[in-house]
Amino acid sequence: MSEEDILPQQEKRVIQVRVNGIAYTAEAETRWLLSDFLRHTLHLTGTHVGCEHGVCGACTVIFNGAPIRSCLMFAVQADGGELLTVEGLAASDGTLHPLQQAFRQYHGLQCGFCTPGFLLATYALLQDNPDPNLSDEEIREAVSGNLCRCTGYQGIVAAVRHVLTQAKPELTVRGEPV
Amino acid sequence: MKPPRFAYHDPVTRSEVLSLLEDYGDEAKVLAGGQSLVPLLNMRLAQPAHLVDINRLPDLSYIREVDNGLVIGALTRQRDIERSALVQSRCPLLARAISFIGHAPIRSRGTIGGSLVHADPAAELPAVLQALGGHVRVESLAGSREIPAQEFFVGPLETSLTSQELLTEVWLPAAPAFSGVAFVEVSRRHGDYALVGIAAQLTMDKDSTITMACLALMGVAETPLRLYEAEAALVGKRPDEQLFNAAAELSITNLDPEADLHASGEYRRAVAGVLINRALHMAVDHA
Repeated sequence: MSEEDILPQQEKRVIQVRVNGIAYTAEAETRWLLSDFLRHTLHLTGTHVGCEHGVCGACTVIFNGAPIRSCLMFAVQADGGELLTVEGLAASDGTLHPLQQAFRQYHGLQCGFCTPGFLLATYALLQDNPDPNLSDEEIREAVSGNLCRCTGYQGIVAAVRHVLTQAKPELTVRGEPV
Repeated sequence: MKPPRFAYHDPVTRSEVLSLLEDYGDEAKVLAGGQSLVPLLNMRLAQPAHLVDINRLPDLSYIREVDNGLVIGALTRQRDIERSALVQSRCPLLARAISFIGHAPIRSRGTIGGSLVHADPAAELPAVLQALGGHVRVESLAGSREIPAQEFFVGPLETSLTSQELLTEVWLPAAPAFSGVAFVEVSRRHGDYALVGIAAQLTMDKDSTITMACLALMGVAETPLRLYEAEAALVGKRPDEQLFNAAAELSITNLDPEADLHASGEYRRAVAGVLINRALHMAVDHA
């Protein structure tokens, strides 16, 4: 007997999500990971997929206000929810978000594969606790769930430090505030 | 790496969940936060025919104070527990332990019930439940029952929950006045599962005599290990280095942790002794 015969056909559902302030309605197989749905169905390929088991942090996005691993959630679970991905950080005219600007300025990236995850993880930190006196240890804790093989992390910590110590960092994003 | 095929159910009432578990039992897995289950699905180490997603249940996420402690709904996110003032004040050991779980994005999704049912012997929340002698409430169509921690953890990734039962609530006793807590672990990297860890709570009276000790080791046995002998040795005495060394020695004498590619059994045993001593000092300092 082949797999086709013994396994149930995978159900498809129509789901609605708001991503970066834009409402999407699309079909998803119930076993599709949110990361794959974002990339393959919505063509938002800024969310990167590294390890696909929750270790590397590259696929981190903001779901209903909290940072999550999009590879550890099914797309159907996001039905009715609100997401922020890396595409939602820059302004519509292309002006970089202060975090993106700082990552560039402080060499917080090289190859860029891990960068979307770092940006969303540090975005969550800034939403949560934008204290200019955060210790380096606290910043490191906030990015401890993200792996980078290029920078050695020093530039990333410096970039976050820079944004935190700006007088009034502009942290809102295009679309709905998350 | 993509999850295998399964029938997906996302019931919105508790009775629907229990009916599904009644119908599918062994063929079903409950999906709570998914931070352990989804990696297992992605790597196809688990291939359940049915996935019962409980995230749409509205009444499984809460933290409430009761007479003798806290009750926490099974679906309460670890991040919400971490930020709860009630947990900080009434059950500081839980608050301390939870920051060691994975990383912030893991704790946004991970739930207390999911972590307990997963029952990894090196995980933080099972050690806390075991140390404090808490219990869990489980429900099935047949009714509901309470399972004390020492009967809940049966083996590595194995509990006494039947496949028809859903863990719905966790009870943890409140820390008495003059209690100090410590949670210490050694892991290869921050956020990884611990090689060895310890959850400790010491209660003292006004003369600095220890009146109650709650200790559990993680990562050294098939389940989180309550240290009853060491607890008995500590109670009624005043804290000092000699006493703590004796408690550590007593705890590791019969300890025979398994080796894996991260650490030898010998190393784990030695670290356990050091961590017990360290945690006891920290708990006294915080009392």
